[in-house]
Amino acid sequence: MSAGAAIVAERKLSGRWLTALLLAPSAIWFLVLLILPLVVVIVYSVGVRAPAGGYQAAFTFDNYLNLPARWAAFRNTLTLAPMGTLICLLAGYPLAYFLAVKASAKWRTTLLILVIVPFWTSFLIRTYAWIFILGGRGIPAILESLGIEGVRLINTPFAVMCGIVYAYLPLMVFPIYVSLEKLDKRLLEASEDLGASPWASFRQITLPLSAPGIITGCMLVFILLMGEYLIPQMLGGGKVFFIGNALVDLFLQSLNWPFGSACAMALVVIMFITVTLYLRATSATGGRRDASLI
Amino acid sequence: MLRGYAILLYLFLYGPIALIVVFSFNSGLSAADFQGFSLKWYAKVATNELMLSALRTSAIVAFSSAALATIMGTMAALALQRVTGALRAVFDALIYVAIMVPGIVIGIATLIALVTTFDAANALLAQIWPGEVAPKLSMGYGSIIAAHTLFSMALVVVIVRARIAGMDRSLIEASMDLYADPWGTFRQVTLPQLMPAILAGFLLCFTFSFDDFVIAFFVAGPLNTLPIYVFSSIRRGVTPEINAIGTAVMMFSLILLFGAQILLRRRQAPAR
Repeated sequence: MSAGAAIVAERKLSGRWLTALLLAPSAIWFLVLLILPLVVVIVYSVGVRAPAGGYQAAFTFDNYLNLPARWAAFRNTLTLAPMGTLICLLAGYPLAYFLAVKASAKWRTTLLILVIVPFWTSFLIRTYAWIFILGGRGIPAILESLGIEGVRLINTPFAVMCGIVYAYLPLMVFPIYVSLEKLDKRLLEASEDLGASPWASFRQITLPLSAPGIITGCMLVFILLMGEYLIPQMLGGGKVFFIGNALVDLFLQSLNWPFGSACAMALVVIMFITVTLYLRATSATGGRRDASLI
Repeated sequence: MLRGYAILLYLFLYGPIALIVVFSFNSGLSAADFQGFSLKWYAKVATNELMLSALRTSAIVAFSSAALATIMGTMAALALQRVTGALRAVFDALIYVAIMVPGIVIGIATLIALVTTFDAANALLAQIWPGEVAPKLSMGYGSIIAAHTLFSMALVVVIVRARIAGMDRSLIEASMDLYADPWGTFRQVTLPQLMPAILAGFLLCFTFSFDDFVIAFFVAGPLNTLPIYVFSSIRRGVTPEINAIGTAVMMFSLILLFGAQILLRRRQAPAR
């Protein structure tokens, strides 16, 4: 072996060591705090509840067969999460469009920051604000003074939906804005010159080109909604509950870890399936995958 | 018409926040009607020992997990650009899973895994410990910081990798041509270019951790973080004190957010 080749080989070797060293801490973290816990959940999900609560080793699929016992939580999550995502999209798209296309350049940045700021302030406090607004002394009290009595808003699906849209609207607007802002305005001018109506231009140019932003926004909102706990807990008051609320109940109150593990597995599996199908479907119909998650 | 709609949405976004801020200055006890301006709820918050200790806990947890996540995530992102094949696919999958699995499942999974591990470890420790009282592993700072670091780290990898992908390679080649050693090139060329992404990652992680309720709820053990404290206060009843805490927390986030913006702008300026 020549001296040059030896140096190259040595470099390559030290390069490998460096790569391994750089990856080691995150690899250990993933292993101990992601893979191990998920494996424990899988193992527990086929176990049985110990008499005093917790887990007892066993191998049974009873927990999975028992999932319909928590059907209401699954039904609520699987209807309200897609609905919430859709409402966020319908409410957020016009705002993103306004910011990217209509707003004056002078104000655009400020207006955009104003959309994002609420997202960065305490989630808990923003949800609490709706307890304040919809609770007995909020809107119902105002309605009562106007002579409309007996209106109850808090602890209803409506209240939960208010909280959802309020919390996640910024997350929908931002990615759509980003994709609309990149849109080449000359395409719209060309379309107009060729006699297309504004609606036709929007449908054939703006909408398809903003698809990556729509996909990213919907994915972000949907993923977070599927695992939602706080909003139904605070605004649904135990009447409108999600899988997340069922999980807290199973793990912290009834101490049924095996059944809770099975519910958690079901949630994760449902999420992975829907998100994968969604990505497949959208990439098949021309939506681009370059819309990364973050 | 679109403008009118936009104004309505801004009202929707800021109305509830404004309400919280206004009522935090309410002198009356009732959260429902405004009885006059007063700072008394802020005075009450400032002397609320439980709240202050929760705030301290949150700050320690957020800072530690953000620092750990930023360092480990940046290291991984740098290494991943040199890796191909199966190893890379495995890491991509891990990052995907860490971001996709809901926080509540991460919280629960970490809880039962740690409880099980700690039980086994404590039994072992009690047997082999030479002294009188064996130390006991339990939930606390370690478990919250570790759990927060997991998600944050995945976030940092994604952010820093995006920056590496958009980086100007010619500068690195120029530096090599000018006989800089690899470490010199990294320190003087690569790192400054990555700095905005690293800082943004740190602040994102800090905010995530500071605001997280659901993971901490499971793995905090006896500790109270600020969101846990606020949550349990809300459960006890709606009081003007919560409005004052909420306003203070929101102000803090705002300062952090604008600080980050200024920092990022300044760092970015010479690079452009």
